[in-house]
Amino acid sequence: MTKAPRKAPKKEQKQVETTGHSWDGIEEYNNPLPRWWLWTFYGCIVFALGYMVAYPAWPLLDRATPGVLGFSTRADVEKEIKRFEEINAGIEKKLAETDITEVAQDPELKHYASQAGAAVFRTWCIQCHGAGGQGAKGFPNLLDDEWLWGGDIENIHTTITHGVRSEADDETRTGEMPAWADVLEPDELLAVVEYVLSFNQRDANAKLVEAGKVVFEDNCSGCHGEDAKGNIDVGAPNLTNAIWLYGGTREDIMETVSHGRGGVMPNWNARLSEADIKAVAFYVHGLGGGQ
Amino acid sequence: MWDFVKLAVLGVVAVLAAYAANQAHDLAYLVHALIFMAAAGIAFLYTLRNFGEERVVETGYMDKVIRYGVIATVFWGLIGFFMGVFIASQLAFPWLNFEWAQGYLNFGRLRPLHTSAVIFAFGGSALIATSFYVVQRTSAARLWGGNLAWFVFWGYQLFIVLAATGYVLGATQSKEYAEPEWYTDLWLTIVWVAYLAVFMGTLYNRKEKHIYVANWFYLSFIVTIAMLHIINNLAIPVSIFGSKSVQLFSGVQDAMTQWWYGHNAVGFFLTAGFLGMMYYFVPKQAERPVYSYKLSIIHFWALIFLYIWAGPHHLHYTALPDWASTLGMVFSIMLWMPSWGGMINGLMTLSGAWDKLRTDPIIRMMVVSVAFYGMSTFEGPMMSIRAVNSLSHYTDWTIGHVHSGALGWNGMITFGALYFLVPKLWKRERLYSLSLVSLHFWLATIGIVLYASSMWVSGIMEGLMWREVDAQGFLVNSFADVVAAKWPMNVARATGGLFYLTGAVVMAYNLWMTVKRSPAAAEAPAAAPAE
Repeated sequence: MTKAPRKAPKKEQKQVETTGHSWDGIEEYNNPLPRWWLWTFYGCIVFALGYMVAYPAWPLLDRATPGVLGFSTRADVEKEIKRFEEINAGIEKKLAETDITEVAQDPELKHYASQAGAAVFRTWCIQCHGAGGQGAKGFPNLLDDEWLWGGDIENIHTTITHGVRSEADDETRTGEMPAWADVLEPDELLAVVEYVLSFNQRDANAKLVEAGKVVFEDNCSGCHGEDAKGNIDVGAPNLTNAIWLYGGTREDIMETVSHGRGGVMPNWNARLSEADIKAVAFYVHGLGGGQ
Repeated sequence: MWDFVKLAVLGVVAVLAAYAANQAHDLAYLVHALIFMAAAGIAFLYTLRNFGEERVVETGYMDKVIRYGVIATVFWGLIGFFMGVFIASQLAFPWLNFEWAQGYLNFGRLRPLHTSAVIFAFGGSALIATSFYVVQRTSAARLWGGNLAWFVFWGYQLFIVLAATGYVLGATQSKEYAEPEWYTDLWLTIVWVAYLAVFMGTLYNRKEKHIYVANWFYLSFIVTIAMLHIINNLAIPVSIFGSKSVQLFSGVQDAMTQWWYGHNAVGFFLTAGFLGMMYYFVPKQAERPVYSYKLSIIHFWALIFLYIWAGPHHLHYTALPDWASTLGMVFSIMLWMPSWGGMINGLMTLSGAWDKLRTDPIIRMMVVSVAFYGMSTFEGPMMSIRAVNSLSHYTDWTIGHVHSGALGWNGMITFGALYFLVPKLWKRERLYSLSLVSLHFWLATIGIVLYASSMWVSGIMEGLMWREVDAQGFLVNSFADVVAAKWPMNVARATGGLFYLTGAVVMAYNLWMTVKRSPAAAEAPAAAPAE
């Protein structure tokens, strides 16, 4: 109530004429454009014109106006990459030329390789092997001391360089778990799974274990070994411990034996420089499981 | 005679659709052919039942189709908001991508369902309904074309159903906001031309000499969307009996066409169209004249002229040449004031009626809506600056920006319009409950604030983490590190969405009760066109 008198004069001032139109009761004042609005609009236009002079802007017949500042996003990226390449050139060259087994002996190389290797790992490897290298079903854990293709640094380096079952590289790691359902009888499959289960003192069906042992020796020991401890030359896993790439339950093992396995790792020599591969090999070797 | 033609056409369409269903190469096409067949069949039966009935030439405003439009708007709004809350939760809690529904209900399939449900189903139904209302009132003319308006309404609903089912079944051309496949696009083109005809026809019959500003905006929205839709969806079907098609453009040309479309879908669908809504409902609800006629002319033409060039700012630092990127940026910056012209006209219309903010929650909703419009149209030009964009691009900041526009501006102005329309359309004295409107206002506002602020934090954090390199140029963070760091913000955004959805449920209840319970209004002498 007390507000009314204060407000009234202000309102009066503002009354400009309406345009005289009325649509469904809506009228329109003909207020002028707010000055700040108009000047800011002009300011934006002036800025735009200036910016178009300074930067690449107008398309001509075979190129665009380059702009007086000589700006180019592609050139910027190249410059930035080049800057880092120059910073790292010396040490990259040294890393590429040093034998992988000797990297650890040079403190400077060692520091660089673990930094660079971690970055390469974060960019290219974690999609399958996990952010911490912990792996997932079908993707090996890189933290433990179980290595399908060998856990010394030279073997890790070879595996990263040429990949596993990678069709694009003739020197890739080869070796495959066949689909035994095509070869063995169903009761033989059942028996051999029980035999494998018996390795870690699990409650295997004792009646089948004996028969399974025969099947194993005839068919499996060629790769996995008589003692079932695996063979890194063909990537055959050790079956006597609790580490299972594709799961270790009775059902999982039956599936693996019946249908085979053959995961693929790319040959990184197609993507990464030798220095990057050495660095990431060094990093992975240092994660804890390296031999 | 006309009935015979209709029956024949509908019958032929139904039979052709049945044949197409039989020949279908993929599931989406099969389902869509069956939907077409059902739609044609229902229309056939409807025509048959009303066959030969005496046609009464109706006068007065055509409001029934608008009532249907209002119902559709509320319905799709609820669906769209729910989908948003659900997919936001999927990002925070990945187990919600249920194993049993893989390939149908995972994030990738539901995300376009959410965006299309909100923009095209909720926003589109609101635009069609309000434009039909506004053009009749401000032209003092009945909708032109008889039942053509009904064709527009039902045709558009059919488009929505085709689009939505298509996404879940995997029929998509993978173009953001233009996902529906070729036959759905063709259908929308037919519906849209009919829409244009109804709108232009009504304007042509107007009793007022001048065309009201709201109608300029609606018309520019209808015309431009037609142009954008047709050009961006130029494609060659792989088979006439399959849902897949090949885009006419390729590579960076395709990307540029897509973002020319994408940006102007924002510009003309979500800005120009909704400004049309604002220009009618704000002065009506405030019962004040529009602030400045001059400003409305200048900002209309400046907006229309400048918006159409701004698309390239979606493609900074891509294969797009630098010159195109520069032009996209400077046109976006010049667009700032023309956009704000609408905000000024909206807010200043309330001058002299500011006290209504205290008493009228609907006005409050509209004011917040216009304020969010102003904020988003400042944020947009800012994000189009190359240096800012190098930080913000691909991050949650963009998503926050879109949502402060969509939830704040488009959502709130639509809610305001719905609260205005329902008592008028159902001839009720007033809304069922103003305190429920107030509750809706607060739920929605808190929801938007939670959503936008969490996405700012998350987006800037993402941008900084992605670009961080150490002294030797190696990236410091992996992508997964960034995803993990975003978790609290993802939860906050889902919570914000839940608030917003709850507000919409309150609105739906309030509107329902208005129709059911509010006392009928005394028969007002309708300002109907005198025929």
